[in-house]
Amino acid sequence: MSLSSWLTRHAQNAVGALGTLSRNPVATALTVTVIGIALALPAALGVLVQSGRTLAGGWADVRDFSVYLAPGVGLDRAEALARELRVKPGVESVRVISADTAVAELSKDPGFAGALAALEANPLPHTLVVRPLVSVDGAALEKLGAEVQKSNGVDLVKLDLEWAKRLSAVLDFLRRLGFITGGLLIAAVVIVVGNTIRLDIQNRSAEIEVAKLLGATDAFVRRPFLYLGLWYGVLGGVVAMLILLVGLWALGEPITRLAGLYGSSFELGGATGSSLLAVLAGGVLAGWGGAWTAVARHLAAIQPKID
Amino acid sequence: MIRFDNVTKRYDGAREALKGVSLHVEAGELAFLTGRSGAGKSTVLKLIALIEHPTRGSVTVDGRNLGKLKDREIPGYRQQIGMVFQDNKLLADRSAYENVALPLIITGTGQREIGRRVRAALDQVGLLDRERYPPRTLSAGEQQRLGIARAIVSRPKVLIADEPTGNLDPDLALEVMALFKRLNEVGTTMLIASHDLHLVEHFGARRITLTGGQVLESSVAPLTESSGASGP
Repeated sequence: MSLSSWLTRHAQNAVGALGTLSRNPVATALTVTVIGIALALPAALGVLVQSGRTLAGGWADVRDFSVYLAPGVGLDRAEALARELRVKPGVESVRVISADTAVAELSKDPGFAGALAALEANPLPHTLVVRPLVSVDGAALEKLGAEVQKSNGVDLVKLDLEWAKRLSAVLDFLRRLGFITGGLLIAAVVIVVGNTIRLDIQNRSAEIEVAKLLGATDAFVRRPFLYLGLWYGVLGGVVAMLILLVGLWALGEPITRLAGLYGSSFELGGATGSSLLAVLAGGVLAGWGGAWTAVARHLAAIQPKID
Repeated sequence: MIRFDNVTKRYDGAREALKGVSLHVEAGELAFLTGRSGAGKSTVLKLIALIEHPTRGSVTVDGRNLGKLKDREIPGYRQQIGMVFQDNKLLADRSAYENVALPLIITGTGQREIGRRVRAALDQVGLLDRERYPPRTLSAGEQQRLGIARAIVSRPKVLIADEPTGNLDPDLALEVMALFKRLNEVGTTMLIASHDLHLVEHFGARRITLTGGQVLESSVAPLTESSGASGP
């Protein structure tokens, strides 16, 4: 078979599968809507987790810890300690805040400006802000803090471990919930598509039987159903994207207003291009997979016969 | 072209449909397979179409021992066999053109070539002006001719037919048989199962008579009552 014939065959199958769907608009709409809802739910959870990170000021910020140097320890020692910490395992970055910079920042706050002016000398120490790697869990973070505490010239390591642990646990829970929900709902899409394709195979069993009798290969018989599954996935993915966009648009403003009442600047994040593409890809894979499971199970059972 | 060597076919838990059948159809020959209902005619055709496999013995078509074909080779083999069925096995939701085009679509023939050959086949069976019609709008004779057009469109070396005139009135039956005769004259090997002895005798081709799953006789002579075959 020539390449052009092969491409023509695929194009015909793809268009033919769309035609099959358009001939049953109500059934197609119901199936596609179910697929869309199933895909939209884990995607919405993903957006929620991403927004949760924003609420906490980002993963990295909330896990940063401060290292206060002892009074009288010079800026040279602070810079040296920063260099030592930067090469430690588990450390992403270290920022040095000199005592002068710190007091200048604090002076901008009207509440402190007067008090600072009354002091003869700068009471603030040099400080290091350490950002651990995202991969460092709560226990490792605690260990890292303890090690830094033992360093020469360090007065105090301020590590808000409880908050870091809590946030880590919540996000871990939500992430796992997302995986489980996503897995279950993708499985549901595979089952829905598989069952729909199974019914279509049964309805077209006479045609399949004749095609096999005339010498159709398994690939020839299988192809229209795989395209059918693919279209279910694509259309379901598009519906999921619409649900996601409309849902975020509808909930965004009320959530921001609600958060504002509690003094938070929380905003529900929007769906990014990559997350929308991921939803579409999930739909395509689930649709294709559902069609495969159906054809693998049911096509072999249809064999030609002469009465 | 078609050879059965001592072929026995036993269906699960049932009697033997064929008992040590040996027969041979030469290349380019037109042969009729006759016998009463249950004599084993359809089983012979099923074995040729690879819908069934022999319990014992071997079936060879165009030099290929069918028992040695791998599963993946079966579609390619079937593409080279033309088949006509008593119930036509036409696709009701497709036009006459699309039904005839199906074997060529399966083999990946180009669109232009498909158009040319489908129209030639429809012309050969006198249905060129019906190419857009779905089968249900055609008469029984036209449907049977459409089935024949589908069987010959891929220019098979071998054509098998199972009671192709079973649902037709005598005039239409003669018309269809005449079509087979013309196809045979251009070199197609044919094995046609039919219980209609008068029709078979009309064409004077070789008869292979089956009775009780065995070959009773193979001849061109008119059959006697003892042959076990029945007329219409």
